[in-house]
Amino acid sequence: MAKTLTMRDTTDREKASWLTLKMREAMEAWLFISPTLAGFLIFFVGPLIAVAWYSLTEWNLLTQQATFVGLDNYEDALFRNPDFWHVVRNSVIFAVGLVPLNMALALSLALPLSGRFPGVVIFRTVFFAPVVTSAVAWAIVWKFLLQGEAGFINQILAQIGIDGPNWLREPNWAMAAVIVTRVIKMVGLNMILYIAALQAIPRDYEAAARLEGASGWQIFRWITWPLLGPTTLVIMVITTIGSFKVFDHIYQMTGGGPENGTLVLAFYIYQQGFQFFDVGYASALAMIMFVIVMILTLFQLVLRRRDT
Amino acid sequence: MSVSLTRRRIRLLNRACWTIALCVVAIPFVFPFLWMVSSGFKSAAEIFGSPSLVPREWQWRNFIDVFNYQPFARQYFNSLYIAVTVTTLTLLVSSLAGYALARMRFAGAALIALFLMSALMVPEEVTIIPNFFMMRWAGLVDTHWPLILLPTFGPQGIMATFLMRQYFLALPKELEDAGKMDGLSRLGVWWRIALPMSRPALAAVAIITFLNSWNLFLEPLIFVSSLQKFTLPLALSNFTDPYGMPLWHLQLAATSLAVVPILIVYLIAQRQIIESFALSGVKG
Repeated sequence: MAKTLTMRDTTDREKASWLTLKMREAMEAWLFISPTLAGFLIFFVGPLIAVAWYSLTEWNLLTQQATFVGLDNYEDALFRNPDFWHVVRNSVIFAVGLVPLNMALALSLALPLSGRFPGVVIFRTVFFAPVVTSAVAWAIVWKFLLQGEAGFINQILAQIGIDGPNWLREPNWAMAAVIVTRVIKMVGLNMILYIAALQAIPRDYEAAARLEGASGWQIFRWITWPLLGPTTLVIMVITTIGSFKVFDHIYQMTGGGPENGTLVLAFYIYQQGFQFFDVGYASALAMIMFVIVMILTLFQLVLRRRDT
Repeated sequence: MSVSLTRRRIRLLNRACWTIALCVVAIPFVFPFLWMVSSGFKSAAEIFGSPSLVPREWQWRNFIDVFNYQPFARQYFNSLYIAVTVTTLTLLVSSLAGYALARMRFAGAALIALFLMSALMVPEEVTIIPNFFMMRWAGLVDTHWPLILLPTFGPQGIMATFLMRQYFLALPKELEDAGKMDGLSRLGVWWRIALPMSRPALAAVAIITFLNSWNLFLEPLIFVSSLQKFTLPLALSNFTDPYGMPLWHLQLAATSLAVVPILIVYLIAQRQIIESFALSGVKG
């Protein structure tokens, strides 16, 4: 291709070499990007199309055949299977409990830790440490701490005269335990994002406000908080989407129980697909999850654009 | 004089209050690690005894039994070599693609970037079912291939690509142009000029990718079934008696063995590691 072009344009050498250069660059670029692109098509786009197709079929385990059933799996989820709404309810409770708690704690830690004082690095290091720890390890230790009567937490509570519940055996307490331990594990991430945002705020703003006689709370309410707006938005969406992905933590801590009390969408997909082998139904669930995440992502993009 | 003194005193008092409050909040962040290690040294009988951070009897045997209960050394090695492989591959693949997206002009570049970006947020649960069938079709179930391929080319790898692209965009172009003048090929410019200049981004990608692979759970759970091929997180959840009840003393000893080395590296390189996460978080 390149060769024919140069031959055709022999009269205008400049233009020809420029063209071939440009094409050469494009070809090299495609080569550079091809491993990523090929992997993306094989391991992401293909499977995404496949899961959309699976969600319209009924998978027969015996014959390993897929039969087209239209929107049956979706109707199953939305109208016939009460488990689905129970799972949605759990996922919403999980997100609604986790996101505000995580963000409030992250900001409360970031406010003092964005400054400079002796020991600030130690505190940052401590609050971030669970982030680098595996969720399975974290869940194992907390499951151990939250054991019924002999667990550490309940022994401590007993010493101050409180009869602690069997945390992981009662649905509501189990949900609360999973949320709180998850917040402790992940809050460090949002904390450093907030610290970075706080440190980017020019100090003059605060100094000027102080000269005008503003109180600490007023400065936070009318200067710091509005300036943190974009960061808060990003953190909110990332944390919400992250809450839908939580699987390992729940798998290890409660196994989705007790009485399905901590069965959230990610776990439900795994359970239906890989424990009950209901491939069509599990795929429909995966598609529902995909749509939810896409809506959240678009929501963030739209809000971000409006801000700028 | 006295006014400034009291003001200083107030400030000191204020700081002391903050420090104490932070110390209290830090308890649930630190204590689980201490309790994990301490319990790993306790016997099965003592482990639910009266709560004490110092074991009555240091049961070193737990740390040997861990290796007898299942091929824990092998599983440890599996996690390590898989994480190193995924990290190396991701660095290579993502910096190539990131460079092309940042520096090279070609039709469809913007479209491809948008196309890739759409995958950033999608959880792995969405595509895991077809990926399982594909791997089974390719005969790769119960091998480590899925644990290497999926993280390298999935949303994780895409995130690395954008991190690299962002960094390349901020680099001065002049050096690369000079390299081209000196007759370096595109590959040469990428390898000899662009990569050495982007060490911070490469380090960030390496750290995050390594930790992600090291902590990966869903994929090993689904793709790997033989004990010899387990990775650490899977092995940790497997210290149970025949009825599925956890053997706490072994499980906590094993968990300590898995977590403590990472924590030590983290404590040494905390600044670098935290910055890496900040860098990727802002982009994500």
